[in-house]
Amino acid sequence: MSALLQFEGITKRFAGVPVLRDVTLAVETGTTLGLVGENGAGKSTLMNILGGNLRPDTGRLIWDGRPFAPAGPAEAAAAGIAFVHQELNLFPNLSIAENLFLTRLPRRGRLPWIRRRELAAQTRRWLREVGLEAAPETPVERLSAGERQLVEIARALSLEPRLIIFDEPTTSLSDRETRQFFELMSRLRARGLTMIYISHTLEDVLRLSDLVAVLRDGALVGHGPRTDFDAARLITLMVGRSLNQLYPSRASWAQPAPAPPGTPLLEVRDLTQPGVVRDVSFTLHAGEVLGLFGLMGAGRSELARMLFGLDPFARGTVRLAGQPLRSIKPDRSLRCGVAFLTEDRREDGLALEASIADNLALVTLRRHAHRSTGWLDLAGLADAVRAVRAAVRLTPTARDEAPVQTLSGGNQQKVVLGKWLLADPRVLLLDEPTRGIDVGAKFEIYQLIHKRADAGAGVLLISSELEELIGLCDRILVMRRGELVDELRRADFDRERILRAALHERSTA
Amino acid sequence: MLRRALDSEYLVLWLVLASFVALLPFTPDLASRQNLVNLLLTLLPLLILACGQTLVLITAGIDLSACSIMAVASVVGGLAMNGDTGWLAGSPWAAPAGVLLMLAVGVVFGAFNGLAVAVLRMPPFMVTLTTMMAGSGLAIWLTRSETIYNLPPAFNALGGHLALAAMIAVALAGGAHLLLNRTLLGRWLYAIGHNARMAHISGVPVTGVTLAAYVLSGLLAAAAAVLYTGQAETASPLLGQRLLLDVIAATVIGGTSLFGGRGKVLWTLAGVAFIKLLDNSLNLLNCSFFTITMVKGAVVLAAALLDATRRRLLEAEA
Repeated sequence: MSALLQFEGITKRFAGVPVLRDVTLAVETGTTLGLVGENGAGKSTLMNILGGNLRPDTGRLIWDGRPFAPAGPAEAAAAGIAFVHQELNLFPNLSIAENLFLTRLPRRGRLPWIRRRELAAQTRRWLREVGLEAAPETPVERLSAGERQLVEIARALSLEPRLIIFDEPTTSLSDRETRQFFELMSRLRARGLTMIYISHTLEDVLRLSDLVAVLRDGALVGHGPRTDFDAARLITLMVGRSLNQLYPSRASWAQPAPAPPGTPLLEVRDLTQPGVVRDVSFTLHAGEVLGLFGLMGAGRSELARMLFGLDPFARGTVRLAGQPLRSIKPDRSLRCGVAFLTEDRREDGLALEASIADNLALVTLRRHAHRSTGWLDLAGLADAVRAVRAAVRLTPTARDEAPVQTLSGGNQQKVVLGKWLLADPRVLLLDEPTRGIDVGAKFEIYQLIHKRADAGAGVLLISSELEELIGLCDRILVMRRGELVDELRRADFDRERILRAALHERSTA
Repeated sequence: MLRRALDSEYLVLWLVLASFVALLPFTPDLASRQNLVNLLLTLLPLLILACGQTLVLITAGIDLSACSIMAVASVVGGLAMNGDTGWLAGSPWAAPAGVLLMLAVGVVFGAFNGLAVAVLRMPPFMVTLTTMMAGSGLAIWLTRSETIYNLPPAFNALGGHLALAAMIAVALAGGAHLLLNRTLLGRWLYAIGHNARMAHISGVPVTGVTLAAYVLSGLLAAAAAVLYTGQAETASPLLGQRLLLDVIAATVIGGTSLFGGRGKVLWTLAGVAFIKLLDNSLNLLNCSFFTITMVKGAVVLAAALLDATRRRLLEAEA
């Protein structure tokens, strides 16, 4: 057996932060590699390098015995590498057949007419292959999420690739569809197709793979035949030991007895929105940093959006400082002292072309305006901006008038945090506040979070980085598939238990 | 160097002065007292109109209906005020009541646009395009396609008397300037234009602010109609039919971005001056109407290109 694909010493950094460290891994022809790791462990980056979306800083790929450096996705596809992504990459307005053959529709010679009958015949063949009973002309928007996933797989297969990468292919499938998918996978394997299977469902990985590889913090920490692993061992490897990353300590943690919880600030009861969250109940206390952990798609961000009034919910109650909130809307939440730092700072957090001062002032602008005329007190506004710039330690070299987009990611995030801190909120909902920023800025943001909590605010901290939550929080809630499945106090923090709850592994470890 | 020039706030203002000086040897009439008065008289209502457009463009919207709103306001005012058949005829309050009525027309049309865009989330281009068509149709239907004469002299003075017209225009443009720079509403308009999703999350009442932008645009269009109608001493359903290009061109040439978030009344002033100067000098050079239109079209294209280039440079910088 020879290796179809080899990663040789792949290293990749983003803004100086290593996301892949010297990964060396081979995939033998005709085998299936199971790839596991926490969110942010480097799986996607590795696959993006393979797919030609990213280039490694050092190291190289060997494809079919030759060095391989795809310049883009098209080149990777031409080499015979196909991806089935977790996010669906289909055109909903087009038919199944058009989605499958968009870039290579069968035509009449060189004329721009499509041979519809042949297109339908070819499409039907691939749909049969994946076990989807639908007419080739059906628009994709009429299909269920699971059926769409099957169309994606059919598209990948129709390229007749030599290697298929499945990235969380079963998250949107029903049980029946999942079983069908597994049958399909064993058929493909029997035919000798090489596959890489990425999933958080460890039992599936163990069942479907020949080889298993575990990534943690960008490094390959375990790798070998499937028979050498069980779910418990995989989890231990994924979690590893504590990193040497620094987190600030809170004064309250040093006390011998844990401080009694503060007054309840935000009480959530039975919050339900079908398909998103189910019966979520928790209480956020004054002075508390409450972590919310879950894998991607567990419903963490969606929960925060509901609490701030951006998304609707079907059932449940939310009380703020004892007062029930009836209809929740962003401007009302804001007036009640709730702040929401969103996950996507470019889309939801900032006006990138506007100045630093305007961005910082936006949330609290109303306080500096005359009640009836709206006339702004510019001097007062400038004072507030100056104060908050100092509080979040924004880089002093940037002028107030400079567009926010000229700042680094860390400083941009400080602007977002600063504009909410100006509102002096009682409840802070922070969704991935340190995503994509450098270590120094992270530490400063951690300090700001603790400072707010020490001042009596309640902080709900959402993060995909378990280390971060363990380093910062008083309590951690674990969410899986829209439900809260576990709750741990600081004294009981246990990486394996949290990850197991998030993954739902029936492990004996 | 190129970037500095493109980024300069007053690029267009300098361009206006430079082209004025450059054109003077060819058309000495340009600087004549009579010509300058004429230039100013036609510049003022266009400035008011363009200020309304600026407010809407800042929110990343567009108001194509401004000129039709003007026509309807003019006609409604004319029908009410004219000395022959108007129901305000002979009343000492004819002029003020007529003006109020015209402004009300602007507010109603603006509110319609604003509700469709802000509440029903319809695309501004489509909404105002249809309002434009319906408005000009309505204006013609109301008058059976005829021009209305015999308006009260007090009303005609508002647009025809240079000092009075200048006072009104300066007050309105100055008001728009202060609104944008010194008030909550102004800052909110910019925030929405930059990133409406972000503005919503940051507690900006996006619906109300967007509505306000279109209402103000309608109101300013009606105010411009008061000046134009007074200047011509006639109310015409065809008023402003050819102005739409000028309005959008002036605003965009000034530097207000079609993508939203960028724009200033001072820039718009420069843009209006530029367009009017172009118009006036080509006229004095005996160019035909068609030539002038073609040249203006080319200038608008150049302005749009400038806007896109500016954005590209900004993005490259980031």
